[in-house]
Amino acid sequence: MSIVTVQLGQCGNQIGHEVFNTLCSDICGTHGLCSKKENESYHDSCKERFFCEEESGVPVARAVLVDMEPKVISQTLSMAARSGHWKYNSQAHFCQKQGSGNNWANGYSVHGPRHKEAIMNLVQKEAEKCDRLGGFFTIMSMAGGTGSGLGAFVTQCLRDAFPTSFILNHVIWPYGTGEVIVQNYNSVLTLSHLYQSSDALLVHENDVIHKICAQLMNIKQISFRDVNQVIAHQLGSVFQPAHTAGGGSGYSRNPLGSFQDPSLYTSWLNPQDAFNAWKTPRAFNKYEKSAALVSNSQFLLKPLDSIVGKAWNMFASKAYIHQYTKFGIQEEDFLDCFTTLEQVISSYTNL
Amino acid sequence: MTQSVVVQVGQCGNQVGCRFWDLALREHAAVNKKGIYDEALSSFFRNVDTRSGDNGPDIYKGKICSLKARALLIDMEEGVVNEILQGPLRDVFDSKQLITDVSGSGNNWAVGHKIYGYQYRENIVEKLRKTAEHCDCLQCFFIIHSMGGGTGSGLGTFVLNLLEEEFPEVYRFVTSVYPSGEDDVITSPYNSVLAMKELNDHADCVLPIENESLFEIVNKIHQMINAGKLGSTVKHNSLVTSSAGSAKTLQEKPFDAMNNIVANLLLNLTSSARFEGSLNMDLNEISMNLVPFPRLHYLVSSLTPLYTLADVNVPSRRLDQMFSDAFSRDHQLIQADPKHSLYLACALLVRGNVQVSDLRRNIERLKPSLHFVSWNQEGWKTGLCSVPPVGHSHSLLALANNTCVKPTFIELKDRFMKLYKKKAHLHHYLQIDGMEQSCFSEAISSLSDLIEEYSELDATKGVPRIDPSRLKIVV
Repeated sequence: MSIVTVQLGQCGNQIGHEVFNTLCSDICGTHGLCSKKENESYHDSCKERFFCEEESGVPVARAVLVDMEPKVISQTLSMAARSGHWKYNSQAHFCQKQGSGNNWANGYSVHGPRHKEAIMNLVQKEAEKCDRLGGFFTIMSMAGGTGSGLGAFVTQCLRDAFPTSFILNHVIWPYGTGEVIVQNYNSVLTLSHLYQSSDALLVHENDVIHKICAQLMNIKQISFRDVNQVIAHQLGSVFQPAHTAGGGSGYSRNPLGSFQDPSLYTSWLNPQDAFNAWKTPRAFNKYEKSAALVSNSQFLLKPLDSIVGKAWNMFASKAYIHQYTKFGIQEEDFLDCFTTLEQVISSYTNL
Repeated sequence: MTQSVVVQVGQCGNQVGCRFWDLALREHAAVNKKGIYDEALSSFFRNVDTRSGDNGPDIYKGKICSLKARALLIDMEEGVVNEILQGPLRDVFDSKQLITDVSGSGNNWAVGHKIYGYQYRENIVEKLRKTAEHCDCLQCFFIIHSMGGGTGSGLGTFVLNLLEEEFPEVYRFVTSVYPSGEDDVITSPYNSVLAMKELNDHADCVLPIENESLFEIVNKIHQMINAGKLGSTVKHNSLVTSSAGSAKTLQEKPFDAMNNIVANLLLNLTSSARFEGSLNMDLNEISMNLVPFPRLHYLVSSLTPLYTLADVNVPSRRLDQMFSDAFSRDHQLIQADPKHSLYLACALLVRGNVQVSDLRRNIERLKPSLHFVSWNQEGWKTGLCSVPPVGHSHSLLALANNTCVKPTFIELKDRFMKLYKKKAHLHHYLQIDGMEQSCFSEAISSLSDLIEEYSELDATKGVPRIDPSRLKIVV
């Protein structure tokens, strides 16, 4: 069961690189702390899931790298290749020169349609290499222009081209105070569009990860690399093969498909069904014991409400709107997005 | 990777431009040890095979052969450009990139804009096209000029118009040196206001610069050095005013120190577009984030540090000092008071060994003392570029869209009105073909409207914020 990863924009590509790094070092590591047979089974399953064998023996990540400017992709490709343990397919990337200028409309309405064919071709190629395609995992930030705008467009294309596949979007929630001034607009536009095509959104908030680095890991001068490594570690521990509680001896369950059973602790759901526990005897990445919790709860209600609030505030003054209308996103489009998200907020609030 | 073209117009424009190219070469030489023509270099330089003469083909990869600036040098007098061509930078410029005349513009905007504009239009367009053709992906034009004279002001804004017509998709960033109150050119208010209208209508971003500020920075550095407080422990090539280590080995001219500051501004502005970093900030992002309404595109810039001491390991406290300095008036390139006015948006472009946690810590620390407009309370745009400037381990460029530019514009308007009411020197302008009274009235009207827009925003300062009511959903 294989997963094809699509890394979008600077953030998507930087994180994607750390994820594959983490997965690879986990597989290559000898700290399995379990039986050899167990280890082998894990090893094979993980490799199958994320990597493709090549004649050279170096595993090739099942990934497509997309960015509208070349610097990050070229860095990512070369860092991976230098590791010696794994690499990206040197053909599986698409980039342009100008970037998206932090403009969601530019990513979605201009770059999207213009480069749809080229990007989907690369995705198709990766999908065909899989014996059994589990689904797609896209990594993007919401604050910028490429990951957010082009990411939303590509997700739509994935849905159209692979109507029955599972699509999981990994979305990076920006810091509350400024990385990008128009980040709230970009976030609102991204989320409302992803809701139409994605099966699930897995969220990491920069502020939260930053706190983990500062308080739990005691890192003094936190860099984006530190942040990305924490994220990669969390993703890795969620995606790694695990046995389900219901037994079964292989690592063949579709890791993405499990998100179809959301864990909602509400009155109308049986607590037994609410919690899915997966176990594996094999240790992950040098941690003897680790647990990862993925939940669907009201946890994100506050941040979502905050972003929508700030975006609405800015929208009321019409600030920056001319930057979006010049690329085809009109005020009505903004209003539709606000409506969608207010509905989501309302649904979560009423739980 | 994208390319940018610099169009330097007039005496001031060319002198600043000259310093820019010199320091740019110095910066790339410090980073590019192997002499390979890379993408970073290509943003401002072509690599030309000059073995077969000046008209050799461009080389896109491999060793550096001969670097040519992506520039257009325009002046209606020959003095400055000739000096550049005889100086150490002569090989950096292609003779086909120059447009000169002999008589100058007589400090008259109308002569620059209407007479020379008309006369040289085709020539300018042709040369711009040529420069654009050499670019794989042209992203931005940088115009450097002064506002108070005739050529930089008049012809410079004519070129700005031309750029919008001929290359509408390419960004137009203008570095404008504004005249001071004691400017010895009597008609500088006319020239400046006439030029302002063009900047309002056709520029994407304007970085206004005032000589007074540059002068104060130069003085401050001299004082520090002479007072022996720094003495020999200052790294001379780190001075924001210095040409040390660059091609210019001749005696420094009086304006060189001041012009170097502006050159450093441009280098820092474009650093993230040229070099890698963990959070890139390209030129189109600057425009996107800092311009909430089309005409409010005037950005106050401040640069730090102004110099580095020889000790390289800078503890965190010093790093924080850098951020504080960026918000102090001593480091600004125009005379204004952003702290007591309203921020519409602010960008911090950091270079060197600075990480996201340092950025966040300092933003949290400085935020409470700054006033941000109600609809953009967290209006910060940040960029991290790994490559520091020459002589420094890190640096910071702060760009603010702040209503503090309003007093500068009001003063300009007042000086204009003083002359205009008496119709002083007006005949010099009106006698030029194409100039009418309406040019003046439209220009002052445009400036007044701009001032009004800033005033309206200022009026919201301190007013308790009432958030607009959110959409209500029927469940």
